[in-house]
Amino acid sequence: MQLIEPRANPSRTMRWLAPPLAILLTLLVAAGIFALLGKPPLQAFYVFFIEPLETSNGWSELLLKASPLILIAQGLALGFRARIYNIGAEGQLLLGAICASGVAIYTDGMEGAWILPAMVLAGAVGGGLWGAIPAWLRTRFQAQETLTTLMLAYVATYLLSWLVSGPWRDPSGTNFPQSILFAEPAMFTPLFEGLRINASVYIAAALVPVFWLFVAKSFMAYQLAVGGEAPAAARYAGFSANRTVWVSLVISGAAAGIAGAAEAAGPVGQLTLSLSPGYGYAAIIVAWVGRLHPLGIVLAGLLMALIYLGGEAAQVSMQLPAAISWLFQGMLLFFLLGADAFVDFRLRQRKEVTA
Amino acid sequence: MTSSRPDPAPRLELLHISKRYPGVLANDDVSLLVRPGEIHAVLGENGAGKSTLMKIIYGAVQADQGEILWNGRQVQIGNPAAARQLGIGMVFQHFQLFETLSVVENIALALEGKFDLRALASRVREVSAKYGLPLEPERLVHSLSVGERQRVEIVRCLLQNPQLLILDEPTSVLTPQAVRSLFATLRQLASEGVSILYISHKLHEIQELCERATVMQGGRVTGEADPRQESTASLARMMIGRELPVCSATPYEGERIPVLELRGLSYANDDPFGASLHEIDLIVDRGEVVGIAGISGNGQAELLAALSGEVPSAASCVLIDGQAVGHLHAGERRDRGLAFVPEERLGRGAVPAMSLAQNFTLTAHRQRELRRHGLINLAGARQWAARCIERFDVRCAGPQAAARSLSGGNLQKFIVGREIMQAPKVMIVAQPTWGVDVGAAAFLRQTLLDLARSGVAVLVISEELEELFEICDRIAVLAAGRLSLPVPKEDTDAEKIGLLMAGTQQQAA
Repeated sequence: MQLIEPRANPSRTMRWLAPPLAILLTLLVAAGIFALLGKPPLQAFYVFFIEPLETSNGWSELLLKASPLILIAQGLALGFRARIYNIGAEGQLLLGAICASGVAIYTDGMEGAWILPAMVLAGAVGGGLWGAIPAWLRTRFQAQETLTTLMLAYVATYLLSWLVSGPWRDPSGTNFPQSILFAEPAMFTPLFEGLRINASVYIAAALVPVFWLFVAKSFMAYQLAVGGEAPAAARYAGFSANRTVWVSLVISGAAAGIAGAAEAAGPVGQLTLSLSPGYGYAAIIVAWVGRLHPLGIVLAGLLMALIYLGGEAAQVSMQLPAAISWLFQGMLLFFLLGADAFVDFRLRQRKEVTA
Repeated sequence: MTSSRPDPAPRLELLHISKRYPGVLANDDVSLLVRPGEIHAVLGENGAGKSTLMKIIYGAVQADQGEILWNGRQVQIGNPAAARQLGIGMVFQHFQLFETLSVVENIALALEGKFDLRALASRVREVSAKYGLPLEPERLVHSLSVGERQRVEIVRCLLQNPQLLILDEPTSVLTPQAVRSLFATLRQLASEGVSILYISHKLHEIQELCERATVMQGGRVTGEADPRQESTASLARMMIGRELPVCSATPYEGERIPVLELRGLSYANDDPFGASLHEIDLIVDRGEVVGIAGISGNGQAELLAALSGEVPSAASCVLIDGQAVGHLHAGERRDRGLAFVPEERLGRGAVPAMSLAQNFTLTAHRQRELRRHGLINLAGARQWAARCIERFDVRCAGPQAAARSLSGGNLQKFIVGREIMQAPKVMIVAQPTWGVDVGAAAFLRQTLLDLARSGVAVLVISEELEELFEICDRIAVLAAGRLSLPVPKEDTDAEKIGLLMAGTQQQAA
């Protein structure tokens, strides 16, 4: 009668093989799509996945895009393990960028090594506070964070839009909805001459081991995991369910806020409407593809960054639409969730009734 | 065993059934014969292969080898629906119910064809009244206690007019009086020609009820007997290869000081189908085991939550060592020396997917060096878990084994051991031996007795009266949210306790 039934012992090996399998299936379907669009699939794959890595500029861009994805996904994964689904990291990222930009705008003309750290701190606080709102709504009114985080992401977009077209619009600029260009003390300096990669990647690099340590060793992460796996066991142990909600949403918000600050103070260098190409949403996929594991997330973040780069390259050299990157992301998540379903469940054979 | 029997065609005959699971031969060349109208016991410990055999008969599992004859015809029973069509009904030990549906909806799902919920509800009332299994057809299953859920299963089978009824440990949640009325029902069904396969490890029940018994151990049939002709000891030898273990209690020599006190504890349940607690008073002294008898659903879950701190109450309602702790949550009460073993081992007492070492940390993080500067000491947890495994004879692959990989009895030994290793002043245990095999159950009971005699106040809430009489010094009854006065077990008996359970149960129904 049922079509699928749970497996008694889901295989650990298959759980880790699911992401490579999902990638493979994504590539197969993508090959079909390229063929339908009249592009030779092998050439398309070359443009997508090899060409961007042939230049030092490509590697610079890869790391530059991977760092925010990895940083945000680390925070999200914490909550996902506790079954707290923050899907509004994009909004927390924008709030981080807004707060950091506020610091840059009001310190314009000042000198000091403290400005940049203050921006990063402001970003963390802004993102963390934006994450705290759904935490409060959840613990006070039992409002589902899945909805509230997403709705607040739209609020953040409009807040950004109002700021750059109103109070923070560059007065000397040409009516474009963007802030002033940040001064040098409010910018991460490029690491190499002629490349955009900057010191902000060190933040992500430094925070990965911190997250790893937190997940593997901290009592807080243990409480989060218990709360996600078995809520009744968490109550039995005396762990506070509300604290779980607060911790996961505030930490993931702060991580996204730092990523937003690094974007504003790094490659973008000002507050604009197009500050983030959807890093906050893509990071959800990164977290799942990385199996919510701090090191898995690093690999998944690099892959996702490559998909962004490949999408840009494909636009330029193959005249493929920009949506191709989104298509890849969507397929990857789809196939991963599908593969996960078969790790946890199996098809049930219908047995004939021969009574 | 197929040849030259004078009887009419057997209702059910199993020939050389084998079933292998990865790493386990669950059934090894098992043959079994059940005549029409026969009450046939299948006797054996947990893990003896009884449940697998019954699932094969019920079509839930397919045998690797062997034949099934039904009323003399060879049949393949591909799934439970086919079994039901043949006229085989089964009451599972682990209930097969949808939590979010009502009693009558759950029953409707198992019936073939169209149904009229209202008509069905009245039939449910009828059958449940006839067989002494009170049920409210409109209640949602998630609000039912374990005992009530079993009633749904039994009534569901009876509605299908089966020719063979399989009952897996059916009496563990019934009062002595209800057991008697169930037995009367079963005898009546048998006299109407219904065959009954009665799975149990309770020897005296089988001796009272069954005409024939097939005894299993380690997947094989180790004996066949007329239980009425056998002694308890001879049946036990067939079942576990030795005499039944018994607990021994020495009197407590130390000073009797109240450790756990309940003073007028009341709890108004928001759930209209849940139980409320009314003015509960109780004192548990150091060195004694106090038992709370009663059928689940009479406030057991609520009382346990109020005791453990999962649901806090007014401060002065719960006292530990004379200190008001009613307002404290579960973790803070543990700091005051309270340990608690819940009825649900997987999902509450332990996290299924986590290792035993991680599960040790679940409650032990407060007491030991397992948490320092916000970090957990996994190596330390492994050592403690290993010690627990050794001291309490937990059969498992080691501290890295996932909690869900353990059998019920071994997981219970681990959880009880973990709580004892917290050096508690008060130990509260719910259903200590539910679904646990005879050997492990005896070990757990002895462990609780020894713990009490070492100066701990032990409170046991159980539906198994025999168990309470075996280990408790005083016994009270929780029925309809009210707790009777605890009486020394020498001054009462199963009959009196059963009346307390049943008398108030009727008020509740």
